[in-house]
Amino acid sequence: MHGVSQLDLARLQFATTSIYHFLFVPVTIGLGLLVAVLHTRWYRTGNADYRRLTRFFGGLMLLSVAVGVVTGLVQEFQFGMDWSLYSRYVGDVFGAPLAMEGLAAFFLESTFIGLWVFGWRVLPRGVHLASAWAVAIGACLSAMFILAANSWMQNPTGYALDQTTGAPQLNSITDLFTNQIFVWAYVHVILASLVYGGAVLLATSAWHLRRGSDVPLFHRTAKLGVWLVLVATLLQFRVGGQLGQAITVRQPMKVAAMEAQWTTCQPCSFSLIQIGGYNQDETPIKILEIPHLLSLLATGTWDGQVQGMSELNTQYNAQYPQNGAMEYQPNVFIQYWAMRAMAYVAGLVVLIGMWGAFLLWRRKLDSSGVFLRVATWAVIAPFIMGTAGWVLTENGRQPWIVQGLMLTRDGLSSSVSATEVAISLAVFIVLYGVIGVTALVLMLRHIHRGPEPDDAGLVDADQAERASALVY
Amino acid sequence: MNLPILWFIIVAVFWTGFFVLEGFDFGVGALHRLVVRNELERRVAINAIGPTWDGNEVWLIVAGAAMFAAFPGWYATWFSALYLALVLVLVGLIVRGVSFEFRGKSDSRRWQNGWSVALTCGSIGAPLLIGVGLGDLLAGLPVGSNQEFTGSFWDLLTPFGVVFGLALLSACLLHGATFLGLKAGEPVRSQAARTARLLRWITVVLVVVASGWTFALSGKSLLSAALLALNVVAMLVAAWSISGGREGRAFAGTAVAIGSLVAGIFAGLYPDVLVSSTSAATSLTIASTASGDYALKVMTVVALVLFPVVLIYQGWTYVIFRRRVLLPPDGATAPSRATS
Repeated sequence: MHGVSQLDLARLQFATTSIYHFLFVPVTIGLGLLVAVLHTRWYRTGNADYRRLTRFFGGLMLLSVAVGVVTGLVQEFQFGMDWSLYSRYVGDVFGAPLAMEGLAAFFLESTFIGLWVFGWRVLPRGVHLASAWAVAIGACLSAMFILAANSWMQNPTGYALDQTTGAPQLNSITDLFTNQIFVWAYVHVILASLVYGGAVLLATSAWHLRRGSDVPLFHRTAKLGVWLVLVATLLQFRVGGQLGQAITVRQPMKVAAMEAQWTTCQPCSFSLIQIGGYNQDETPIKILEIPHLLSLLATGTWDGQVQGMSELNTQYNAQYPQNGAMEYQPNVFIQYWAMRAMAYVAGLVVLIGMWGAFLLWRRKLDSSGVFLRVATWAVIAPFIMGTAGWVLTENGRQPWIVQGLMLTRDGLSSSVSATEVAISLAVFIVLYGVIGVTALVLMLRHIHRGPEPDDAGLVDADQAERASALVY
Repeated sequence: MNLPILWFIIVAVFWTGFFVLEGFDFGVGALHRLVVRNELERRVAINAIGPTWDGNEVWLIVAGAAMFAAFPGWYATWFSALYLALVLVLVGLIVRGVSFEFRGKSDSRRWQNGWSVALTCGSIGAPLLIGVGLGDLLAGLPVGSNQEFTGSFWDLLTPFGVVFGLALLSACLLHGATFLGLKAGEPVRSQAARTARLLRWITVVLVVVASGWTFALSGKSLLSAALLALNVVAMLVAAWSISGGREGRAFAGTAVAIGSLVAGIFAGLYPDVLVSSTSAATSLTIASTASGDYALKVMTVVALVLFPVVLIYQGWTYVIFRRRVLLPPDGATAPSRATS
């Protein structure tokens, strides 16, 4: 393992497993809400089409849940396994939202998903509908608690350092949940999940519309998908902007790195692309600079000042002498392009959404082959945006594991070797690869088969109930 | 009672509850190929735990998270010490978890068998290895003065830990068999009863040995003695009820046996949380690993409000799905695709 340290491997493992986990989580949240909406429509109208749609998209959601839940286990165990010094140091504050997440969210989601899946002929209709909502609410709640924990790593609040151990101790739970980073990040993630859900809805419907199968059914979901993707993405520009400004105040290095801004500027322009800039090169060639845009994005004002990385480095070296002389900027190249990947793809999604809205207005959506093809492939967009967003957030926090309190390099498990982490990383990559491909193939097959015919009025009740108890 | 002790009890309750509930899920998963003769019967076995296994597994997540929040040092030291073992546990839980959802998605015999094997292996590996890890808490692991584990993978294979893991696994198997006896329709029901009869005495021996050894390693408090006695009685009641075909009592017996077995570890540990084999001075204790008063207070309020609600709705799911899972009538055997 020459040259590759335990730190590199443990970071790589956490990054890989988190990014992978977050491919499924927002799909679960987004589809969870949409399935609950479809189920509600069926409950209200009694229209069998909605029952078919509920079961169809519900099947897709369950595949996503299955992978999301099991990979979530790895996330919880990994703190202690790979980052024991971190866990011991921050557990007093960081552990609380995780414990609450289990009690408030996971129990709700996991118990009611069983009730929903097996409840079709067993539960009274209203209770069954409530189960769908309990699953969706549980998923939204779990995102809330884990984001409160993550936001504390970005912007620690609500704690005091213990006088004997020097470790942070929780002293205000309200501060944890009123953390400005948390508030905006949570709205950001829920909206993002709606984009994921909407995009899956739209892509699936577009695929079927192009083949002319179940047109009246999929016209409805395509319409819902178009509007959801368009509106949620447009709102993201505002919400992401608010989050960005909250970050500028609390993690200025993250924002400076996002623009590869080494010197302090006022007003600051935003470059559309840069050439060079790897290996922390301080003189990339920036192309197509838009004046004032960075000032606007980072500070919300026309002439706002953005501190440069060189100045921040000087400031942090004076502020944290205990770390020794070091550089406090993250990998700037990754930061710069992650931000642009997120933003540019979002722009593209808005264009696609407007195109779809226009076709809906002209009543041509179902017959526009080009749009339906584009809309099918557009399902990739939210996955790029979500992944880039998390890379931006987590890479931008480096070299800190908790901003201002602990460096990532100081959080490792001292009893674990680089070889052991290499083994676990290899195991997870292979296992996640197999499971991911399997889930994807099963999802595509489920989509291609389309909704099953309505069987609500099936034969005699006893036979139907026996059959519906054998879900797996 | 002070809050760290209360949270030690809460952590113990979650671990105990996890094995009482998920124990039979592990057992059914491990035995589902053995107790049946064909694919349809296999599905009856799996669907007997279908609606509830996911909720049961949350007990593990909450047990871990409660340790993290209330005793960060305990969570950090134990989880990093068990590194490679936990990688295997995670692999087991992952393949097992997805196999429920994946295996029925194709009619291919190879596909179904493949995921069945994954379900079996995961359901055997997870309780065995977690059992070894729980045993290690009491048997002792090398720990330095900074609370960090100082040993290697081989230090995890303490004799007591291994015996405890095997006992826990066999208890899960028997628990799964008694659960199927209670929950599955014929012929799976009587086949499960036959499996239970096959397993019962070896399980009695393993569990009673592990339980007795737990007591020997413990501080020999009144509670530890009571748990030992309860364990022996429950185990014997289970064994005799299995012989007599009393399904309800047999299941209650294995439930109490598995619960008292796991709870025995925590009663034996008190007031330590992880015994150090290096020196008594470096053992982790409730006091040396507990979070601050404020954090524990907040979590106590949250737990007091939410936990009873959780118990109510989880208990209610067992009431809803109380009917035996029967073989499907002819002509309605196709799995329902949308939600399968």
